[in-house]
Amino acid sequence: MGAYIIRRLIQAFFVLLIVTFLIFIAMRALPGDPILIFLGEAETESTTEEQLQELRKEFGLDKPIMVQYANWVIGVTRGDFGESISYGDDVLTMIAESLPITLHIGSLAFILSAVLGIPAGIICAIRRGGNIDASVTLTANLGICVPVFWLGILFIYFFGLKLQWLPIQGYTSPFDDFWLSFRKSIMPVFCLSVFTLASTTRQTRSSMLEVIRQDYIRTAWSKGLKEREVIARHVLKNGLIPIVTLKGFHVRLLFGGSVLVETVFNIPGMGRLAVDAIFNQDYPIVQGVALMTALIVVLANLLVDISYGWLDPRIRYQ
Amino acid sequence: MAVLLEVKNLKTQFYTDRGLVKAVDGVSYHIDEKETIAIVGESGCGKSVSQLSIMQLIQSPPGKIVDGTILFEGRDLLEYEANGDEMRSIRGGKIAIVFQEPMTSLNPVLTLERQMTESLKIHLGMEKEEARTRASELLSAVGIPDAEKRIDDYPHQYSGGMRQRVMIAMALSCNPKILIADEPTTALDVTTQAQLLELMTDMVARFKASLVIVTHNLGVVARYAQRLYVMYAGRIVESGTSKEIFGTPRHPYTIALLACVPRLDEEDDRKLVPITGMPPNLINMAPVCAFLPRCPYSTEKCRQEPWPDLRKLDGDGQHYVSCYVDT
Repeated sequence: MGAYIIRRLIQAFFVLLIVTFLIFIAMRALPGDPILIFLGEAETESTTEEQLQELRKEFGLDKPIMVQYANWVIGVTRGDFGESISYGDDVLTMIAESLPITLHIGSLAFILSAVLGIPAGIICAIRRGGNIDASVTLTANLGICVPVFWLGILFIYFFGLKLQWLPIQGYTSPFDDFWLSFRKSIMPVFCLSVFTLASTTRQTRSSMLEVIRQDYIRTAWSKGLKEREVIARHVLKNGLIPIVTLKGFHVRLLFGGSVLVETVFNIPGMGRLAVDAIFNQDYPIVQGVALMTALIVVLANLLVDISYGWLDPRIRYQ
Repeated sequence: MAVLLEVKNLKTQFYTDRGLVKAVDGVSYHIDEKETIAIVGESGCGKSVSQLSIMQLIQSPPGKIVDGTILFEGRDLLEYEANGDEMRSIRGGKIAIVFQEPMTSLNPVLTLERQMTESLKIHLGMEKEEARTRASELLSAVGIPDAEKRIDDYPHQYSGGMRQRVMIAMALSCNPKILIADEPTTALDVTTQAQLLELMTDMVARFKASLVIVTHNLGVVARYAQRLYVMYAGRIVESGTSKEIFGTPRHPYTIALLACVPRLDEEDDRKLVPITGMPPNLINMAPVCAFLPRCPYSTEKCRQEPWPDLRKLDGDGQHYVSCYVDT
């Protein structure tokens, strides 16, 4: 297992390199110039070509792309992610401020979708064809189709403006004011988790149903076990394997979803940082965010693979 | 000898998209204490379903036991709720089953210890340590070497034959009265088959249990079963002692079955005769004898009258047959 993890980490290193390189190229392939955006229309008029060159040189944008990338990688290995073009702040500090916010909302959404979705799927599978199954499955199908931003705006209108139950925007750290933080996070967390919750429910239901009809489950019944014991001991552990795969995939989805949710609810997380940076063509921030996201996704995948081994001895012993 | 289990007029049906399947359609049989019987028939004739019905292990939906009684120790098992306490105390405790597929009948993600000790804990109320000791004793008894250690293995570390040994040990662990072996050796190679059958009959004798062998292989049955039930299309078409059935088979289907099995004691080079046609589709069957389309003895009466009930043949034996024709 140890050797396996090391091999995977080496792989992960190359994945990160490729991902950041592709983002690097893609950002620079976009039309537009970060310096001009930074200066704004009015100032651009009054700035001479020499001054523009000067600014480009300051951010290292005058060098060939490969050199720029190499410089960036070298910087990152030293913990220097560069400076934001539009804000002038240190990128690592900006990420360090916004990432915990995204992780807070994202992990709550992740936990919510697992804690509600898995039991819901199990109940559907056990009571297949019943009323609970029918209504939960229908709701889950709706949840998969609903666009996050639309749901977010609807919630803001209904719970925020009409009923005035919940604050409509912003973020408060739970360490500053737990209750306010909780109230503020209800809508974003729910919006963010709708899709993952729905797909977790559906996946759990179908993989439970798949396992329930296996021969070894019939064997478990034939021993005289209670339904609860058959499900908890025999079905669940086998059924979890595809669910773990899905949950790994959800980590990535939650980062993608955070872009929308943070924009709709005006939360200063990494998703919104990324959106603003892309609009401003703020290369260093986009690079830093991409690296962080890729790192977390790669680690999540590694965790998924390790869980396979824990769940299935046939994988562990290979 | 005293009757241990008596099945009367058992009917199990499956409600499928394509129609009603009468998988078991009025089957009656009994098994005495310490007796070995066999239920013989080709794939899809309802022999496995008839056994799963006894354990109430039919998946519902689509399956349902619609009629019949299953008398065991003075009680009708069909009165018990499928997953209720009474039925669960029978399952694995009083009646145990070994399934056809050793490769898929054990849970791949649990150690053998966990799978074997489960029933010991439920039915005999053993604690963890005691159950482990007992389970590894049983493993050695079925011929697993180094059982103390190998009980911590997972199923994939065992071969098919060894897994079936484990299944046998597991099934017998709580001293059941009846062991049902549902095609226990079909998936295994021939030498392993013989060893396992020997093992199973030995163990059953040791535990003073009765054995029901469900098989499509008449050769398997000949040596071990005292009595035979031949099933076709959800019904028993002939029953009797091994001697009666192998000596003087009376139902055209039994005759045809025996004609297509080679025998070692034959002198001349007899040609094996396959049964013509296909097994019937059990969906929406006509009320006449289901073997009719394949039967070389069929008469006009067979085509007009409904499928006959079992009738006792002359003589003081236990030979029953369901056929109009006197073959």
